[in-house]
Amino acid sequence: MKGGLFHAMRAVFMRELLVFWRRSTEVMTALVFFVIVTTLFPLAVGPERHELMLIAPGVLWVAALLATTLSLNHLFASDYQDGSLEQLLMSPYPLSALVLAKIAAHWVLTGLPLALLSPLLAIQMALPTKAMGTLVGSLLLGTPILSLIGAIPAALTLGVRGGGVLVSLLVLPLYTPVLIFGAEAVAASAGQGFASVAHLSLLGAFLALALSFAPWASSAALRVSLD
Amino acid sequence: MTFSQFLAMGGFGFYVWSAYAFAGVMVLINVVQPLIHGRKVWQTLRRDLDRAGEDE
Amino acid sequence: MGEFGGLACVTRLIKFTHKYGAPKRFYLLAGKLVPWFAALTALLMVTGLYLGLYWAPPDYQQGDAYRIMFVHVPNAWMSMMAYMAMAIFAASGYIWNVRLADMLAKATAPLGASFTLTALVTGSLWGKPMWGAWWVWDARLTSELILFFLYVGYMALQASIDDPRRAAHASAILAIVGVVNIPIIHYSVYWWHTLHQPASLTLTNQPKIYATMLIPLIVMSMAFMFFYLTMLCVRVRSEILLREQHTDWVRKLIRTRR
Repeated sequence: MKGGLFHAMRAVFMRELLVFWRRSTEVMTALVFFVIVTTLFPLAVGPERHELMLIAPGVLWVAALLATTLSLNHLFASDYQDGSLEQLLMSPYPLSALVLAKIAAHWVLTGLPLALLSPLLAIQMALPTKAMGTLVGSLLLGTPILSLIGAIPAALTLGVRGGGVLVSLLVLPLYTPVLIFGAEAVAASAGQGFASVAHLSLLGAFLALALSFAPWASSAALRVSLD
Repeated sequence: MTFSQFLAMGGFGFYVWSAYAFAGVMVLINVVQPLIHGRKVWQTLRRDLDRAGEDE
Repeated sequence: MGEFGGLACVTRLIKFTHKYGAPKRFYLLAGKLVPWFAALTALLMVTGLYLGLYWAPPDYQQGDAYRIMFVHVPNAWMSMMAYMAMAIFAASGYIWNVRLADMLAKATAPLGASFTLTALVTGSLWGKPMWGAWWVWDARLTSELILFFLYVGYMALQASIDDPRRAAHASAILAIVGVVNIPIIHYSVYWWHTLHQPASLTLTNQPKIYATMLIPLIVMSMAFMFFYLTMLCVRVRSEILLREQHTDWVRKLIRTRR
């Protein structure tokens, strides 16, 4: 039966990637937003490298966070509209596992590209090279947490008026710990604080926590929204 | 202590009294609003019941 | 310290809820309790105000400005306790399908949000003479701000869903997720704050507490606690009438009363 579950999860995962292939514009929004925000900051703040360097970890992390928040609407909304989400609910496999597969696919399509693209944008923000590794690392650890936690309000607001803005409001308080430690990890390796290993391991702990809690909470939320 | 000394609060009068005033206003709002809402609910239900009584 | 007293009150409230789970029974009981709670609230408030604004001597460090503490701290405590209560009510309603618990949670939210807002504004007014700025990213104030967003989000979600059952259960999940996150948020914010302002005093480093300060503080805290209980009963009674309007007892009540 375990083999069956894995197959089901993989099927959900692959389907998400296939859907992306056909509807890539939705997912590109997050990446484009990330690029735009980080490009606008130097224009607004001035090209003084020293100033940019100071705010770089925060700006990069906030931009990544906002980009992820924008993309949360795509997680369940389109499936909700075409009825495939209900199919998922009726499946014999545990819903949390299938939801986890969906979230994983979401992360591969948004968080992962953000993390991989970040060094390029960090150069724009005058981030020292020694901090690049931590930047990517913190985003690789942090963005899955954002996807996992973000799935909960996304599931709660299905078909609700004003859903997009509502999701951002709901998710903001929950994102603050990840933001604090993620940005601080990068700032630390840029030489502005203590060693970043502690922050990264804390992010890792958050990730473990989110992995155990979020799929279950989002599937409960889906059931509430779809009954 | 005179009343004007009491009001002055050692020079911090503006801050202390603004703080207490804000808290007081919030308390007031949270007393008045539920009571008004409760009255409206009662009146609406009353009206609906009367109307239903007429239809019979 | 105050949190434990609060938890005891909340536990009592839960047992109370279980016994009076039927809306009609709660409606009648709450109706009897409101005058008592209101009287207690008024008494405690007046006493607390007298003790805090007049009886307690000025602080050696902060002068008379510290008196803001007597409104700021009770509201901050109540904002936390109300969220806990809200989450417990909401979770009970969700897990055991108790409509009354849903209503208690829904009624608590605006009260909790008000407490949070008051804590924020009074904290800001306390911070200005002390630290010279209208907003200081103090650990407690920042946590309160995030808590405010949690409340607003909860109320927004409730308001945006039309079906009362779905609204109640969806916000229950949100409240549970929020309650689990609060300790994490607290810790993160506290840590963030110490990292960036290691030397400065914070509002959490309150003036050394003497008995003269503790007494008004406790009285005001109890005053706000009873205020919460009073208005909770009032709000829930209205909600009960609205939700149960098609039942016989409500129709009879409306027909026979004023």
